[in-house]
Amino acid sequence: MKFAVIVFPGSNCDLDMYHAVKDALGEEADYVFHTETSLEGYDGVLLPGGFSYGDYLRCGAIAQFSPIMEEVKRFAAEGKTVLGICNGFQILVEAGLLPGVLHRNTGLKFMCRTVELKVENNETRFTSDYAAQETITIPIAHGEGNYYCDDATYAMLQTNRQIAFTYTDNPNGSRGDIAGITNKAGNVLGMMPHPERAVELLTGGTDGLKLFTSLVKQGAHHVKTTV
Amino acid sequence: MLKQQSEPTMEQIQEQRIYATMGLSDAEYEMVVNLLGRQPNYTEIGLFSVMWSEHCSYKTSKPVLRQFPTTGPRVLQGPGEGAGVVDIGDNQAVVFKIESHNHPSAVEPYQGAATGVGGIIRDIFSMGARPVALMNSLRFGHLGTPRVNQLFEQVVAGIAGYGNCVGIPTIGGEVGFDHSYEGNPLVNAMCIGLINHEDIQKGLAKGAGNSVMYVGAATGRDGIHGATFASEDLGEDTEAKRPAVQVGDPFMEKLLIEACLEIVGHPALVGMQDMGAAGLTSSSAEMASKAGMGIEMHLDDVPQRETGMTAYEMMLSESQERMLLVVERGRESEIEAIVSKWGLHAVHVGEVIDEKVLRLVHHGKIVAEVPVDALAEEAPVYNKPSRVPAYYEEFQTMEETLPVVDDVVETWRALLKQPTIASKRWVYDQYDHMVQTSTVVAPGSDAAVIRVRGTNKALAMTTDCNSRFVYLDPFVGGQIAVAEAARNIVASGATPLAITDCLNFGNPDKPEGFWQLQQATAGMAEACRVLETPVIGGNVSLYNESAGKAVHPTPVVGMVGLHEQTEWITTQHVKQAGDAVYLLGETTAEFGGSELQYLQFEKSFGKAPQIDLAVEQERLLALQAAVQAGQVTAIHDVAEGGLAVALAEMTFGTTLGLDVTFDGPALHLFSESQSRFVVTVKPEQEAAFVKLTGAHKIGYVTDQDALQIKTSDTLIEAKRSTLQADWEGAIACYMTSKD
Repeated sequence: MKFAVIVFPGSNCDLDMYHAVKDALGEEADYVFHTETSLEGYDGVLLPGGFSYGDYLRCGAIAQFSPIMEEVKRFAAEGKTVLGICNGFQILVEAGLLPGVLHRNTGLKFMCRTVELKVENNETRFTSDYAAQETITIPIAHGEGNYYCDDATYAMLQTNRQIAFTYTDNPNGSRGDIAGITNKAGNVLGMMPHPERAVELLTGGTDGLKLFTSLVKQGAHHVKTTV
Repeated sequence: MLKQQSEPTMEQIQEQRIYATMGLSDAEYEMVVNLLGRQPNYTEIGLFSVMWSEHCSYKTSKPVLRQFPTTGPRVLQGPGEGAGVVDIGDNQAVVFKIESHNHPSAVEPYQGAATGVGGIIRDIFSMGARPVALMNSLRFGHLGTPRVNQLFEQVVAGIAGYGNCVGIPTIGGEVGFDHSYEGNPLVNAMCIGLINHEDIQKGLAKGAGNSVMYVGAATGRDGIHGATFASEDLGEDTEAKRPAVQVGDPFMEKLLIEACLEIVGHPALVGMQDMGAAGLTSSSAEMASKAGMGIEMHLDDVPQRETGMTAYEMMLSESQERMLLVVERGRESEIEAIVSKWGLHAVHVGEVIDEKVLRLVHHGKIVAEVPVDALAEEAPVYNKPSRVPAYYEEFQTMEETLPVVDDVVETWRALLKQPTIASKRWVYDQYDHMVQTSTVVAPGSDAAVIRVRGTNKALAMTTDCNSRFVYLDPFVGGQIAVAEAARNIVASGATPLAITDCLNFGNPDKPEGFWQLQQATAGMAEACRVLETPVIGGNVSLYNESAGKAVHPTPVVGMVGLHEQTEWITTQHVKQAGDAVYLLGETTAEFGGSELQYLQFEKSFGKAPQIDLAVEQERLLALQAAVQAGQVTAIHDVAEGGLAVALAEMTFGTTLGLDVTFDGPALHLFSESQSRFVVTVKPEQEAAFVKLTGAHKIGYVTDQDALQIKTSDTLIEAKRSTLQADWEGAIACYMTSKD
């Protein structure tokens, strides 16, 4: 599978995402600059963490206007895989590809630590290699990861099984302990924790790897059925 | 600002001694007149005042810095460039440097700390290196007062805000608390970068006619005279100096990093230097002076954030996130093409010239013309008078009395709650210490470790200085500072490579203050020679005083070590029940400057602990051999709080316990005798380990929630979970209490 790692000005987990795909997963990856307008030839799009445009306005609020985002929206509308992590999640929310918003952490401080997540739905293309309700440890690193949505949206997320991951010990005050959600179609996932930081034993464990292996399996399947 | 006041004339500068308000002495003003052969104008005297400040010229510290060994088989670049460079094999090198931002942080803690981080990062990538890690060393007064809590909270937030945004992991450091820093906190930031040998840049302005280009943020009126401000005592008018503090923009820095690293290796690039202290002045004068050339600068072309800026203001501004590049004539557009990809511009602001002068042209007129060597090389050097302080003589002759400890377990718990010893998780939780996914040992062990991507190697790094020992005996304390750093590196399984130092001292114009500086650096130099860790660069921060009182002399040592194999990476935490516990080194009754003494008296007095550097090096080498032979499972050096604290720390975060017998009275568990390590060893490796190190077995790792220590006079026991809760909660408790 070939992944596009989008680089916005101020992205800083692009390198991590790139190496997770290339080194740990053994798949192909390219950096795609925010000024590009085509995602032709890619099977999946990865929006990395960081501080796009310094996050000086709302997190992700400026990045959503990058030229590449129009193409990301088109890519997502075709049912292709889009994964946004941390700032990438914030950008997806700002771009309207996922519902809700991300507020400041209730503790009002940036936090970087390894937390425990529960896989709420293992029947998505991002989570199929996890067991149902499996608990995994994945690092977080954010100041604004407190997911919020209104009651109707929350009910919809539950009904459609869009909640992919929850925190077992909520670190940031997010609604319903939400750590990551998909869109209704299930091809777009946004999450605050960093699975790309947990793909090697030497540097923080391998609990994030299954997210990527799920994608490759599902992606291979997807390609087969569509070709 | 609608200030159109005219600048003082040459005559007024002299008659009204305006230079004195810029920090120049009468004799220094006379030197400037002699060097120029005429009176300097306002801009020119401004250039001299910043370039001849202690921060830029080291005019006071040069004689003591000469003591340091600065070469070694692995040293590719010693002091003199933006940062030092050390070979790590396979055509790669590590680049690192530490720098202070103490005074700005005292006035405006968030921005002071943030821009300290920004500045040190630029020192690293201006060498051509990719910054891969940040460290810091912080000192504050006693936690619990609103002022100290606010400084601590904001400094940490500033470091986090900047480092997290630029995407360089802040992977470790140290934080100490002592009354001596009440009015003058210390904020030292260190950056570590990786580079291939052929990419090492030098800040040289070579080739007459080549273009001088400005990249990065526009120049504003912030930070004017920052270098001078850093070179004087903090006084009651300090608040009024707030405009001398710069404001950081980490997003701009991130763009600058990417743009500059993309330019490195481009054939059109001649030289590159960041505009740090003394901004445009130092970068242009130093690049020209090092190359034996001059620079003519057109100030009208300098990107400006404010209107009506004078030559004086532009040259002395310390606006952040700016770089000066020298580019081959005719190829400017190639550089601009790269820079503009990152949303920045490379602006032509001058040319390299054959005459060795810095010539400034503004509004069509030459507004300053000064020999570059006069600015960069010919600052006066002072051999300050030195005098042994009365306190030192008193401490040396003081009758030694042993501390009295009634309840050993309560004392143990109280020490674990001392902010200097307690868990710093409240701090490092706010730092992204994992970005770049190379962090192997995160904050919380003796040294932090990152792997070198694409190899099986890793780098260990630490910052250390027990300033209480330096205060009690600067020579011995200086030795200990280097030795402790080496202990931490070796405890992580690495071999020490080299150090960078940040000399935080009081006013050197006081003979007692200068004596501390002389003695401490002499001690450090000796330790660097014996431990084979040359000094590859650093920074001097003098005048750390408030209300006439100096901070404890604090020569912070930033040391980097190399793991040839990632399999050698070791942490301080016990791994498995049944492992044997060994103590390497002797324990005697040494309590001067100890945390126990501070706990009981809230001050430090008496003699510093002794250290024998030959013995230290012997142990460091033996431990490296033991690690490489695969004998050890954990190593922890014994530092603040003594053996009792070291043992407890080794179990924190694990589900294990210890059962230990200590051959001495319980009181000695809190002694801070030097050159000691606790090591856990696999049972089958014990004989080989003892043969190699001569360490003494003191017990076993258990699977119990219990630490049990039998001493010659008592048996003490505590639950690991209880001790850990004390240690973990202490700082958060200080920060959330309403007092």
